[in-house]
Amino acid sequence: MTLEKFLTIGAILFFIGLYGVLSKKNSIAILMSLELMFNGINLTAVAFSRYIKPAELMPAVADVSKYLLTGQVFTIFIITVAAAEVAIGLAIIIAIYRTNQSVLITEANNLKK
Amino acid sequence: MTLGTGTESSIVIEITFWVLAVSTVISAIAVVHIRDLFRASLFLIVTFLGVAGMFILLRAEFLAGVQLMIYVGAISVLLIFAILMTRELENGNQSHFMRVVVGLISTALMLLSIYLISETNWNLLSESGVGNDDTVIHTFSDESIPTLAKMLLADYLLAFEMVSVLLLAAVLGALALVREDNK
Repeated sequence: MTLEKFLTIGAILFFIGLYGVLSKKNSIAILMSLELMFNGINLTAVAFSRYIKPAELMPAVADVSKYLLTGQVFTIFIITVAAAEVAIGLAIIIAIYRTNQSVLITEANNLKK
Repeated sequence: MTLGTGTESSIVIEITFWVLAVSTVISAIAVVHIRDLFRASLFLIVTFLGVAGMFILLRAEFLAGVQLMIYVGAISVLLIFAILMTRELENGNQSHFMRVVVGLISTALMLLSIYLISETNWNLLSESGVGNDDTVIHTFSDESIPTLAKMLLADYLLAFEMVSVLLLAAVLGALALVREDNK
């Protein structure tokens, strides 16, 4: 039961973020909703690593503990990549703002002109 | 001490979980609904804090610290800087005309995934740990951070190094993108 509670919260966060990403005009708001999605995924991965029995988990394996933490390692990598992505994304948004005087994605259509 | 006994069964943990869950979800909804982008970013910080608390409930204390330092400490500050620099506050946090359709689609997908989560027969760790294995129990008590370090620097060394290269590229790319052209 406990696993399902955490997975449900993760799913709710992910789909609230999905709604924000698809429905917002402001690119910074889209980036914020993207962070919500990342947090939902991280919560799901950590909940799995806490409660799910790994397939490799055999009694004969010597260092059995490390299979249980794979989800946490994945989460560390996701957080790192998310940080890099926010830095690049905000730099791109600042550059777009300099050329268009706006951060609305509906205004960023220079290739169409 | 075995997995699943002691702290898990306590009513305090249960209350903590529900407080964290409700505040996380409500502030996440506020992030996508509030028109003032600055206030939305403050609610985003509340969501990050709630997720950090859930990491602690899941016995991932190191990740809770990482979440506090990177999300609450760094990413939200970056976002607030960008919001204030671009001076779009008066325009508010506008949505597309498609937002009703998008909202219906995401709600349907969310209900579907919650249904699948509750219907799936998960292969859970048994409540008393795995077999006769004491290391499992140690993993979630005091050995979790050394084990994480061993995994990061041994099993996932290549990915670790790739991430460091990625961070270097991100730093250089961000600098190059925001640099003023002074020809």
